[in-house]
Amino acid sequence: MKLIIKNGHVISPADNLNDICDVAVQDNKILKIGKNLKEIADNTIDAKDKIVMPGIIDMHTHLREPGREDKETVSSGTLAALVGGVTTVVSMPNTLIPIDSIENIKLLKGIIEKRAQANVFICAAITKDRAGRELTNIAKFKKEGVVAISDDGASVDNAEVMLKALKKAKDAKLVVICHSEDKFLSANGVVNLGFTSTKMGLRGISKESEYKRVKRDIDLAEKINASLHITHVSCLESVEIIAKAKKKGIAVTADTAPHYFALSEEAVWGYDPNLKMNPPLRTKDDVLAIREALKQGTIDAIASDHAPHTENEKGIEFERAEFGVIGLETELSSAITYLVEGKILDMVELVKKMTINPAKILGINRGTLSPGRPADIIVVSKDKEWVVKKDSFHSKSKNSAFLGKTLKGVVECTILGGKIAYVNSHR
Amino acid sequence: MRKSNSINWTKKDLLDLENLSKEEIELILQTAASFKEISTREVKKVPALRGKTVVNLFYEPSTRTRISFEVAAKRLSADVINISTETSSVRKGETLIDTGKNIEALKVDIIIMRHNYSGAAVMLARQLKASVVNAGDGWHEHPTQALLDMFTLREKLGRLEGLNVSIVGDIAHSRVARSNIWGLTKLGAHVTVCAPKILIPPSIEQTGVRVTHNIEEALAGADAINVLRMQFERDSAKSFPSQLEYFKTFGITKERLKSAKKDIIVMHPGPINRGIEMSSDVADGENSVILEQVTNGIAVRMAVLFLVAQANDYIKTKK
Repeated sequence: MKLIIKNGHVISPADNLNDICDVAVQDNKILKIGKNLKEIADNTIDAKDKIVMPGIIDMHTHLREPGREDKETVSSGTLAALVGGVTTVVSMPNTLIPIDSIENIKLLKGIIEKRAQANVFICAAITKDRAGRELTNIAKFKKEGVVAISDDGASVDNAEVMLKALKKAKDAKLVVICHSEDKFLSANGVVNLGFTSTKMGLRGISKESEYKRVKRDIDLAEKINASLHITHVSCLESVEIIAKAKKKGIAVTADTAPHYFALSEEAVWGYDPNLKMNPPLRTKDDVLAIREALKQGTIDAIASDHAPHTENEKGIEFERAEFGVIGLETELSSAITYLVEGKILDMVELVKKMTINPAKILGINRGTLSPGRPADIIVVSKDKEWVVKKDSFHSKSKNSAFLGKTLKGVVECTILGGKIAYVNSHR
Repeated sequence: MRKSNSINWTKKDLLDLENLSKEEIELILQTAASFKEISTREVKKVPALRGKTVVNLFYEPSTRTRISFEVAAKRLSADVINISTETSSVRKGETLIDTGKNIEALKVDIIIMRHNYSGAAVMLARQLKASVVNAGDGWHEHPTQALLDMFTLREKLGRLEGLNVSIVGDIAHSRVARSNIWGLTKLGAHVTVCAPKILIPPSIEQTGVRVTHNIEEALAGADAINVLRMQFERDSAKSFPSQLEYFKTFGITKERLKSAKKDIIVMHPGPINRGIEMSSDVADGENSVILEQVTNGIAVRMAVLFLVAQANDYIKTKK
């Protein structure tokens, strides 16, 4: 079975590719890349005037299975991924049944094997029940195919426990993904602390609650020469701390989510729960700092923090509504709209942050178009516009922060392991 | 009824003062002035809202605001229904939107809502065709209270522009403070907020107010002082050691008023904690306009009900 994608603008930073050429796929792997390939193919995709790039790797998603299949399933979440050009996701462990034991990892693996429509890698919990006290069986996770550990949604408050976790993860060669938040400092807040919390009459989440914990986590990693990854960075101070640590040679990497480079706190002034997430939307200065950090490389990756919630959980009073927004189906478009159109990143830099960089952080053999590698490829109309509507989504949930917005960039085709897994017909 | 004012009221709801223009606020105050006289008549009733149904939907206990709205609606000849959460299916877990839509399905014209969550009225108004009047949402806003405070001030002093108004008390948890700040600054008054540091919310200066932690400073040169209720039974408690301590440092007493303008106006949204925010001799003294505020509340709420009903009638006929 042979497939050729012809005449596309191929961008693959890992392979130093940024040129019009053809990509040939044999079975589930990349066969070769070159100009005017004369291969005889079973299937040809015309990618003229389109971008051809490795499938996106999203290192922070919530697929909600097992336990909350009303919000999302492995099947619906990975379908949403394909529509968004995401061929690989990392599923976070804070499911109703937490992924904190070999048994639960096996349970999730079974579901993935049966029903996943894209590649799913597992991030397991750092502590039992993500309660921050008792470490999970970190040493045995790697063998089960786990790529990272995190107590996402919470941070390990006890520094000693966190230090032990970093050490075990280092020995096991697993990435530690830090949701860095001091819950005592964020104190039941729901929006950014400052003018926004004041004028809305809501409890605020301080920036300190984030960056002080970022600092602590980095300090712990430095102490034992471990590496760590800070996820969903939202504010200027965190960026400065990470930049300083990188300069010092500490093995820290970071990601941010599209809403943090696209939207500032003003967006939430209308009390729309679809703009409620944790960390919250910050000030305009923070948004500029996040963009600059993406440009400078302080922030290595873009991840969606795809957090589906039902309308019943979102269509209620702002303070009671769940935190989080979906993002798999909008992440590439929002990045093109706000970062490429906004002249923060060029396409090559953007592709890096959504493919090879997360692959490197996770230590997975993807994110490139090198011959012999898995053929996860997407074809994108970069300048095509679409309006984000509730019925645009394939996710079970519709809680997008970009509803009503016009975004640029449409995924025309997603190829997963050499097979055409999704073709756009509605955007 | 309205004097030389070219602006029309076009909003179906009254949710906050922050998003109103100076002209819209003035229109409400002017309309209220023309309604005030009705309450002095022997027959205190006009047919302005005859045939309209008004629901008081209160998720928090309230006596004075609810009664004030009820009296206002009745003097405009509307039919009034009171719903409190103790007696409704809200207790059975019904969502706010479902409750709102069910009330709307009864062909109710105006829902007056008091809610413990900030933003609840904004959310309800978005979902309904009926008018929504915010009677206080969480710590966010209490627009009709601020409007009646402003109405009283203007009646007493003839103007709002250039006045120095100090708001004293738990600013952080006060919807009355927020609405007053927006309304007064829009109409050109200089607003000072005064509270212990922990009860001043962050970045409040961005609304255009001056901040002080010293009661003497708040009183000096003030034309009026609006004293907030300290909610020791609720949010304020966590932030201040004791009621006596508060009274000592921030309580308004005859003695303290000696340093203020002789004819300073003393306001309070009620209910008063005598001996906590202010002493009884101040509450009952010659500077106090506290009961006049209550009376004016009716005229202001009549104006608000009248304006939103009229605007919504217009919106509906256009569709």
